[in-house]
Amino acid sequence: MTTVTPAPATEPTTSLPAADTSPTVWVAVCALTDLAVERGAAALVDGEQVALFRLFDDTVRAVQQHEPYTQAMVMSRGIVGTRRGVPVIVSPLYKQVFDLRTGECLDTTKGDPVALVTWPVQVRDGVVHLARPATASGAA
Amino acid sequence: MDQTTPETPGTTPSTSAPRRVVVVGGGMVAQRFVEALRDRDTAGAHHVTVLAEEPRAPYDRVALTSFFSGRDINDLALGDATLWDDPLVHLVRGDAATSIDRTAQVVTTASGRTYAYDELVLATGSDAAVPPIEGADLPGVFVYRTIDDVVALRGWVEEQGRRWTRPVRGAVIGGGLLGLEAAGALHALGAQATVIQFTSHLMSAQVDLGGGQALKRLINDLGVAVRCDTATSRMRPSRRTGAVGRLDFADGGRLDVDVVVLATGVRPRDELGRAMELEIGPRGGVVVDDACRTGVPGIWAIGEVACIGGACLGLVAPGYAMAEIVVDRLLGGAATFPGADTATKLKLAGVDVASWGDAFATTPGAMEVVWADPVGGVYKKLVLADDGTTLLGGVLVGDASAYASLRPMVGRVLPGDPAAFLLPEGGGPRADLELPDDAGVCSCNNVSAGTVRGAVRDHGCTDLAGVKACTKAGTSCGSCLPLVKKLMTTELEQAGIEVSNALCEHFDLSRVQLYDAVRAAGLTTFSEVVARFATDAAGRGCDLCKPAIASMLSAVAPAHVLEGERATLQDTNDHVMANMQKDGTYSVVPRIPGGEVTPDGLLAIGQVAKDFGLYTKITGGQRIDMFGARIDQLPAIWQRLVDAGFESGHAYGKSLRTVKSCVGSTWCRFGVQDAVGLAVDLELRYRGLRSPHKIKLGVSGCARECAEARGKDVGVIATDQGWNVYVGGNGGFTPRHAVLLAEDLSTEDLVRTIDRFLMYYVRTADRLQRTAAWVADYEGGVDAIRQVVLEDSLGIGADLDAAMAQHLENYEDEWAATLADPAKLAHFRSFVNAPDQHDDTLAYVAERGQARPATPAERSGPVLVAGTTLEVRA
Repeated sequence: MTTVTPAPATEPTTSLPAADTSPTVWVAVCALTDLAVERGAAALVDGEQVALFRLFDDTVRAVQQHEPYTQAMVMSRGIVGTRRGVPVIVSPLYKQVFDLRTGECLDTTKGDPVALVTWPVQVRDGVVHLARPATASGAA
Repeated sequence: MDQTTPETPGTTPSTSAPRRVVVVGGGMVAQRFVEALRDRDTAGAHHVTVLAEEPRAPYDRVALTSFFSGRDINDLALGDATLWDDPLVHLVRGDAATSIDRTAQVVTTASGRTYAYDELVLATGSDAAVPPIEGADLPGVFVYRTIDDVVALRGWVEEQGRRWTRPVRGAVIGGGLLGLEAAGALHALGAQATVIQFTSHLMSAQVDLGGGQALKRLINDLGVAVRCDTATSRMRPSRRTGAVGRLDFADGGRLDVDVVVLATGVRPRDELGRAMELEIGPRGGVVVDDACRTGVPGIWAIGEVACIGGACLGLVAPGYAMAEIVVDRLLGGAATFPGADTATKLKLAGVDVASWGDAFATTPGAMEVVWADPVGGVYKKLVLADDGTTLLGGVLVGDASAYASLRPMVGRVLPGDPAAFLLPEGGGPRADLELPDDAGVCSCNNVSAGTVRGAVRDHGCTDLAGVKACTKAGTSCGSCLPLVKKLMTTELEQAGIEVSNALCEHFDLSRVQLYDAVRAAGLTTFSEVVARFATDAAGRGCDLCKPAIASMLSAVAPAHVLEGERATLQDTNDHVMANMQKDGTYSVVPRIPGGEVTPDGLLAIGQVAKDFGLYTKITGGQRIDMFGARIDQLPAIWQRLVDAGFESGHAYGKSLRTVKSCVGSTWCRFGVQDAVGLAVDLELRYRGLRSPHKIKLGVSGCARECAEARGKDVGVIATDQGWNVYVGGNGGFTPRHAVLLAEDLSTEDLVRTIDRFLMYYVRTADRLQRTAAWVADYEGGVDAIRQVVLEDSLGIGADLDAAMAQHLENYEDEWAATLADPAKLAHFRSFVNAPDQHDDTLAYVAERGQARPATPAERSGPVLVAGTTLEVRA
């Protein structure tokens, strides 16, 4: 049902792989249809836990499953929504709000903002692919 | 700091030592005096000693009747209890002043202690007057003035109730304010009650004949009989018991009785004043001038004992005013008594009566505008000056909702047609009053409209709680709260402070508005709601609006929480139907209706917990919580529980949690009704009902209240005749006792009442607003909710009933339905690409024989004793 969705067009540059590294390796994770719209799912990518989100327009976003304030592996279980048009995920534990495109913490509810690691995502032939994140993973 | 030792009398106080103020009497007016003095005497120039005859701190005598339904003495507490811990305040309980030496300036008490004073304030109040009727001293004849009177009366009625198989027969002599409250109290105790009134109609001191007749109908509707124009000639003892048994009337009539309450008026307790040879009024009371000074310098009188302007005033508001005046004078002010505000409001369930100003139109040229609905038991009258627009007073019977806004308008020109103020709601354009700043709003605490506005404007108060704390408005009887709220809202709006009830950035509507809109438009999905009502059709909601809309949709268009788009709206708890804990695992709570569980059920739960390595704990709601389940384990756990006959307990939902019960009459030797049976029925009835916040119920089988039902959103307490129902209770951060909604209901009436209460709450409460806050914020409070729920004042009763019927029809166990649907089970996969693996970061430590999450230190150290998989024979 889905056509190829090239990820980079609207991708903020901060979450792209650095230009000077070796060629991007895309890892197939699951079918797009394995993901429920606007409800996250956890995935294991190279032994690391990743939270995947299929948005209303079928864009897929990936952030760390590790919730940085509590160390619990729960980010995929938050509520997906928007803040002033920005797609966000809300932590299910203490309701911190994160920009799904950049991982930036938009609302800390308490403490200092901590950003989430994001993974570049492509959907090709109905299959969701992830590349290595731009920065070192903060996940435990 | 104890000042009880005799001090050298008559010494001139130095500027450094506080002046010694002794207040004789420990009632409400004394309390107000001390409060005002400690509030205003910021230099600490006065030390005040209060000599109270009763063995307790001052309490809210005005609310004495509520003690019958509330049964908790602490409900009558006045103000801030820490007042009495102030080092400049000394409260002497249970020791009445017996003599005063005005030359030596020393008060002596019954126990022989002496207190020297520089300033003496008489606040001895009144006694219940016992009329000179033969037999008034018989056992079974009571007055109605103090907590002890009420306790004795209650004990007597309960004793009579045990003695006779028929209902206890009670009579109240006196049909004034107090008499009607006493009749209500007898009725609340399950006794038959007849009010005997000497004059032509009830409350004849406050209400005219037309109002009295409407009032009689309302009183009759409560099940209380009324005899007017009736003089009691004597009370005769029963030959069998020697206690009062019959009333003989002057007209030859008679009435068999088991208990009599005398409510024929009060008599100022001026005996100390007489002994000191102070001037006494013609009908008693210590005569004072408009500064509350007696003829002797340094001696003041306030409250009901004071004869001011030629009369003693038996109301608390003028007493409060006098207390403030004396404080002002002690601090060098020049306040004078502004004239009595004799406005009155009857506090009796289901009977709304208010009277204020020149209620009898005695002002020359006064005109009366009357609106009467004899069928509905409504009588309203405004008294206007001869200009036809200046309000002088009024009487409201049956619907006193306009009282709070009209009373402050006395002496002022009413805008528009006066009749507009009397029409029933919806009967015409509602007149809107712009109160002048100096108009009194709260007569109990003498707070003006300007003070309320100032609290918003100058002190930054933005909610009702803040304004109450800042101004004390509405903190005594509360009848002015609707007006205070209106003033506050208007002021906030004028200050440009947005009083926004909007759900979130995605919806400008409040929860209630959106609920009504969704219901009216017949919408069934979140996307439809966004398309129709969102501020931006491209927005996709957030953690605030999504769960709220899920809750509304579940009532308007029932469907499973994981059905299609509904699944995207839920918090993780509702989504996986379990409660997320700090490590990301979940706890599981099967429903145990009424806390009743079979041994086999316990074994099944125990075996599940053991097999999955779950930590178990008994909850406050009389069920069992199992902790530490991974998301991917939930279906297997629930398959076992469903097979054992359990269903979801909705411990995760903004919905009914539990109906806690005591063991009731089935086993308990004190129980009077089957509390467990009712609790089970109620829990099964309301299970799964989605609401603005969680709902907890409780059922107690007798007045001992072992189920702590009054701490619940809805509390049911058994009586000999049926059930009393209380609403708006809360535990947690702001504990609140539930307040009485209705008494002695049959089970059928009880269930319908709770149905409507809950459904009305579901429809009209704000997001995450518990019933306690909802009831408190509801315009008109619990009285107004009672009218909606019990009297169907909004005409929506059938609609609410139908909504509850729809809920019952559509109920299914969410977990059983989930287990039967592979699409729903897909939500419980550990990893979308590795469903057979699970989160390997979880770590547990054994403590007291069970598992608990490892602390960060334990996770990094070598002490880990339990792994993530204590598996399982799933």
